[in-house]
Amino acid sequence: MLEVDNIHAAYGRAKALHGVSLTAERGEILCILGRNGAGKTTTMKAIMGLLPLSEGRITLDGANIGSRPAHERAAQRIAYVPQGRRLFPELSVEENIEMGLIAGAAGPKVKAHVLEMFPRLAERLHQQASTLSGGEQQMLATARALCIQPQVLLLDEPTEGLQPSMIDLIRQVTLRMKEEGLAVILVEQRVDAVLSIADKVVFLENGRNLETMSADQLRADPAKLHSYLGV
Amino acid sequence: MDFGPHLLLATLEGAVTAAILALTAMGLSIVFGVMRVVNVAHGEFYMLGAVIAWFIATSLGAHPAIGFVAALLLAPLAVGAIAAVSDRLILSRIDYDPERTIVATIGLLYIIQQATLMTFGPDARPVEPPFNHRIALPWVEWGDGGLALYWPWGLSITSYKLFIIGAAAVVLTGIWLVMTRTRFGLIMRATQQDREMAMVFGVPVDRTFAYVFGLGAGLAAIGAVLVVPVQQAHYLMGHDPLLLSFIVVIIGGLGSLPGTVIAAILIGMTDGIISVFFSPTLAKIIATLAVAMVLVFRPQGLMGKASR
Ligand SMILES: Nc1ncnc2c1ncn2[C@@H]1O[C@H](COP(=O)(O)OP(=O)(O)O)[C@@H](O)[C@H]1O
Ligand SMILES: [Mg+2]
Repeated sequence: MLEVDNIHAAYGRAKALHGVSLTAERGEILCILGRNGAGKTTTMKAIMGLLPLSEGRITLDGANIGSRPAHERAAQRIAYVPQGRRLFPELSVEENIEMGLIAGAAGPKVKAHVLEMFPRLAERLHQQASTLSGGEQQMLATARALCIQPQVLLLDEPTEGLQPSMIDLIRQVTLRMKEEGLAVILVEQRVDAVLSIADKVVFLENGRNLETMSADQLRADPAKLHSYLGV
Repeated sequence: MDFGPHLLLATLEGAVTAAILALTAMGLSIVFGVMRVVNVAHGEFYMLGAVIAWFIATSLGAHPAIGFVAALLLAPLAVGAIAAVSDRLILSRIDYDPERTIVATIGLLYIIQQATLMTFGPDARPVEPPFNHRIALPWVEWGDGGLALYWPWGLSITSYKLFIIGAAAVVLTGIWLVMTRTRFGLIMRATQQDREMAMVFGVPVDRTFAYVFGLGAGLAAIGAVLVVPVQQAHYLMGHDPLLLSFIVVIIGGLGSLPGTVIAAILIGMTDGIISVFFSPTLAKIIATLAVAMVLVFRPQGLMGKASR
């Protein structure tokens, strides 16, 4: 459904992507792996529309969205949980969630549904986002994105710096989104946490595709992890 | 007049200055906060508000109250629309690049000023206040029979000046409600905190910026419409409000709305009081000195955050 075809992108004059391709399907978790600086975050930003493409196409159900501004991609129900969470720090938990409702026509029902998934947030609706713990911030970033009622969900290192119990929760939510039929694109450093839930894996290096394979293939050939990631 | 009554008079005059200044500076502060744009043309939007108010009031030719109300409603809208168009035509084209924005708004300042000179002319023109009763104010005196009220000669204010203070308070409360209770306010605060993430969540930042720039200019225009019955419209009247607004916004903390109001009251009152007792020039010197002190000892301003 979401197809990224040979995209090139740069930060000003510094080229960061030199040909990245991937395909995400409904009800699948696609995992992007690669060393630090490989271009994983940049790929997510390009999909979201935060970075102009100099080459290549991004299509959603066949429609080219590669030159649409970010806010229109949000209206197309692509949702982004960025690396480092990027909450609106001085807004309350509730206001952060309401920002997730701006793009769509989704109403209070969605908000209630999302809060049901994260009861800890429901208890802290009026607290300022910057005062939440790391785990709660990650929950809020996820909840905010889910309010878009996404068909494509971009998760950039959602477990970075979290405790094991919190990592488990994020994993469960990710799996649930897959079951609900979302196309999930997941960037992770913790290969062990990913391998058990991913359907497909894309390796990136220096802003290029290295290899794309199914998770089953990778599980059968773990030596790939060593040679591509050095783990 | 004795010192006490004199001080009361100066304080009231200061409150009028503070009220107008709070409105004008609030516009500058919102534009800077949300858009990160230093709008050097802000004073010209103020001036335009006054000139358009004069135009509306005189071309209606009706009772002063009708002309004034029409001006109060229409002039800020007209100025806001002109500002929104300038945003689309100029600022968005240069991508809000900080240095180019300053140069571009300096250019806008001269375009607006000279266009006004060519059409409106160099004369100062009055707008009649909608009402203007003289209200004598009492002062207390320690007399033979204890405390007693008396009405010192010259201690008075006009009802219209009191109206300015009240109207500014109402508008500022309205802005606060918009900021904290409405969807547009939420969008403005979110965009101020993280522009990129606001886009990711569906905020059309370019359209939002046009509205915000219009809102900022409209606030300056409201201030100007309120002031023009006591000060007259003139094509150069934008200088002082620009300078004082910058002073207020820096002292209050860039982008902090409560800080802006507090600083406007401080600077407006000091300006009023010192102007009455000493001279307007000394008032400006002290305000400028205050900015220097703030920049040295508390660069983030009274209510600003240490850094972003
Ligand atoms: N804001 C930026 N400005 C300039 N270069 C950047 C920026 N962000 C990332 N880069 C560069 O782009 C490349 C890819 O970075 P990134 O996508 O963040 O990697 P990853 O997420 O895989 O660790 C790196 O070389 C990085 O230095
Ligand atoms: Mg990254």
